[in-house]
Parts: sequence; C-alpha cells; structure tokens
Amino acid sequence: MDIPGDLRFAVSHEWVRLNEDGTITVGISAHAQEQLGDLVFVETPEVDRVCEAEEGIAVVESVKAASDLYAPVAGTVIDANGALADNPELVNSDPYGEGWIFRMKPDEEDAIEALMGPDDYEAHADSDA
Amino acid sequence: MSRQTPLHASHVAAGGKLVDFAGWQLPINYGSQIEEHHVVRRAAGVFDVSHMTIVDLAGDDTAAFLRTLLSCDVGKLADGDAAYGCLCNEQGGVIDDVIAYRRNARNWRLIVNAATRDKDLAWLESHRPAAVELTTPGALALLAIQGPDALEHAVTALAAVREGVPDIAALERFAFAVSGAPASAGTIADALFVARTGYTGEDGVEIALPASEAPALWDALLRAGVRPCGLGARDTLRLEAGMSLYGVDLDEAHTPIESGLAWTVDLSDPDRAFLGRETLARQKANGGRSVRVGLVLDGRGVLRGGQAVQLAGRDVGTITSGTFSPTRQRSIALARVASTFDGHCDVLVRDRPLPAKIARVPFVRAGQPND
Repeated sequence: MDIPGDLRFAVSHEWVRLNEDGTITVGISAHAQEQLGDLVFVETPEVDRVCEAEEGIAVVESVKAASDLYAPVAGTVIDANGALADNPELVNSDPYGEGWIFRMKPDEEDAIEALMGPDDYEAHADSDA
Repeated sequence: MSRQTPLHASHVAAGGKLVDFAGWQLPINYGSQIEEHHVVRRAAGVFDVSHMTIVDLAGDDTAAFLRTLLSCDVGKLADGDAAYGCLCNEQGGVIDDVIAYRRNARNWRLIVNAATRDKDLAWLESHRPAAVELTTPGALALLAIQGPDALEHAVTALAAVREGVPDIAALERFAFAVSGAPASAGTIADALFVARTGYTGEDGVEIALPASEAPALWDALLRAGVRPCGLGARDTLRLEAGMSLYGVDLDEAHTPIESGLAWTVDLSDPDRAFLGRETLARQKANGGRSVRVGLVLDGRGVLRGGQAVQLAGRDVGTITSGTFSPTRQRSIALARVASTFDGHCDVLVRDRPLPAKIARVPFVRAGQPND
C-alpha cells in the first residue's frame, strides 16, 4: 500500500495527519494492521482526555493479539472514530482513510515535524518486519 | 529452516501470508482470516494440512495393537470407517489425539499431529509388536476441503484431475475410500485417500494424494469456487466447533476425561486392556481432577490461553484456548476448571476481571450459535 505523502509517523507505527485547522488525525499504518491481522475491537480514547507524548491512549485488538497505541505527541483528544465500534475491520481495509482512530489538538505543532516522514517510516517498518 | 509443503508455490501464488508452524511454512491467511472463516461456514474453503503426520500400519496384529494404545475401541470399526481417540500414557495422560482409519483387518492408517510427530512415532515404535509394519509414506499432500459446498466441489475437482475417483458423495461421516491401490497394499502412498472428516464442524473431506498431484487438485478446487483458507481461520473454526488443539487443550498432564473427551474413552469391553485404562475407568466413575468448560465473554475483548478464570475473586482455573468467534461475534474459550459451575465467572483479561458465561460446547452448530 502506498503511504500518503502528507503523513508523519511514530516509531510505534501510528501515523499523524496535520489538518488545516491545526488538529491532527491519528491511526495505525498499513504495516501495523497487516502484522496484527483482522481487527475485532478498537478501544478509542475518551474525548477531552489530555495526554503526554508516548502515553498509552488506545487499544487495537485482533484475533492474534491486543496492541496499545501511543499518543504521537502531547495534546488533548477531541474526537474518536465511532464507526470502528461496529466495523473495526476499517482499520485493516483503509488504515490511512476510513480507519482513522482519533483526533487530537496537539500542544505544539512543532512536535509533529519531529516525527518520521513516509520514506524513513518505510525503512523503519521494513527493518521491523 | 522451515519445511515447505507440496503446495508452497500455490500458497505464494494465492497471496498466502506465510508463518512458521511446527517447523513448516504455512499460510496464516490469504488476506483476511475472518473472511476465510465465514466462507467455510457458508460455502467451501480448502486448507493445506500436508504438515500432519500420516502413518500406515500393516499386519494381522494391527487391530489388537491399536486396541491396546487408543482410548477408543477400534475393534468396532468396519472396513472403510474411522474413529477419533486419544493415545494415552500409563497414567491416562494424552500423548496425542488421533484419527484411526481401518482399510481392512490388516491395513490401517493413523493421522496424528505435526508438532508431536517425533514423540508419536517413538511411542508407536516402542510399543509395536514385531509383526506390525509401520510406514510413514513420504511425498504425500493432505488437503482439507470444508463447508456446506465442500463435497460438491471436491467431486468436481477430483474428476477434473483423476480417473477412477471413488463415490465420495456416498461416504458417511467418518468413512473413507481409497482408490488406485490394492486392498492388500501395506502403504498407500500412490493412491487417492478421501475421508469424510474435518476440523471445522462443517461437512467436508480430507484428501491425501501424491505430492506431485496436489498442485493440480488445488487449482481445480479453486476453479470450482473453493477459497484458500489459512491457519488463522482453521483455529477460529475448530474452536467454534469445540474441537481440541493438542498442546493447549490436551497434554500429557491431563486425561481425556479431564479434557472434555470422555466420549472417546470406550470401556464397554471389559477384556480390552489399554494404556491408561485403570485411571480412565476410575475417572469415568468418580470424575477427574478438573473439568473442561466452554466460556463466552459477555462484552468486548478476546479470551486467550493462560488467562485466569475466577469465581468470587478466587482462581478456579485457566483458559486453555481462546479466540474471537466470527460466527457469534463474541470471544469464546475452552477452560480447565476445578469443577463446573452455573452462570458467570470472571476471566482476567489484560489484568481486568471481565464477566464470561458458561456455554455449551460446540459453540456453533450448523453454522449458527449453539445456545
């Protein structure tokens, strides 16, 4: 799967899209969903939750294993993808689009720039596989 | 270095995601294990199970030999019938679960697990009377075609690649047929072997044939509309069907009676001495040291092997196998507990006690929740 050019990535395989209004959308990469297999549950974070960077913030569970998601940057949760309650498989079929997991207002936009770009992430994911 | 089955190239061509299983490279899925699961319940899927261990036994004393080793009484089988049972040790602990096939009085086949191959062969060899010959035919492939449409498609596919196919539509459950080998052949490596058995709870067949013929049969099955299915789906299907997996639900420390397999222990012939009989007879009368139960998790989450089962905050047992049931859209599990109970227990899932309810096993019957 091609990685959209506008995304940044954390080492723990979360992707971040900076939205026009300064908020960010977060999900997990195609590589991550492929490693996990078919998802059966996604535990999204509560709206208004405040978190530090790298704090455990959500859980994705496949038949194979449960896996924690970590906040890519510090900020406040403003939205969670309600569609995943009934259709967790959206994360598998469209990890960069309909499979988005939550949205945050980051404390600092600069922190997003510090994350990996698509090429560096691809190298990281290949070495991880 | 993992071994490859005769269908390795076919798995790669079908987009199989290969993993190591018991020293073999096998596909865990071909894209979506949940879709593959549903296809087997609704239509037909094919599994490459060539990693399993096939053993051919020959000699007049074979039936007597097997009657001393197996919890089930294969003395009751007619030609062309099979039975599921346990190979037990002296204490009644399970060495492996097995299907025994009687071709005729002198010629038998066993199919046992891949992971226990060396152990099982050593066990058979150490108990084998000199007059019973044991062969492990090499270069065989084993395919399982399972689902409501499995038989129909298996017939179509076999006819496309072989002459002289037995009438498999006429096979009863747990019956089998062999073609292309004389009845007296001690081992049937070159023949076609078709059994109406399976590990999914659906109708279907398991076919053993020469490795060189397997890719053509695979292709014919896919052309007939059968979907390739991997180990992931195999596990969710068998657990829904309440079937045990050796190494997790069955092991040498527990008897068949303690593992939900009391029905495989046949004591009806008082003169049949078999390994573990004493312990098993005692347990059939008085119960074992633990029992096996089925559990369904109330809410979201996945039960997994090793999780503690609790009643009123006290540990009463452990999950042996757990998974998500695509048919029931809930997590299901088999558990070993001190004694059975009614209603709810808690299971420690990622350190949180979650409510789960005792459930009937199998969890799914005829493609529907078995409530």
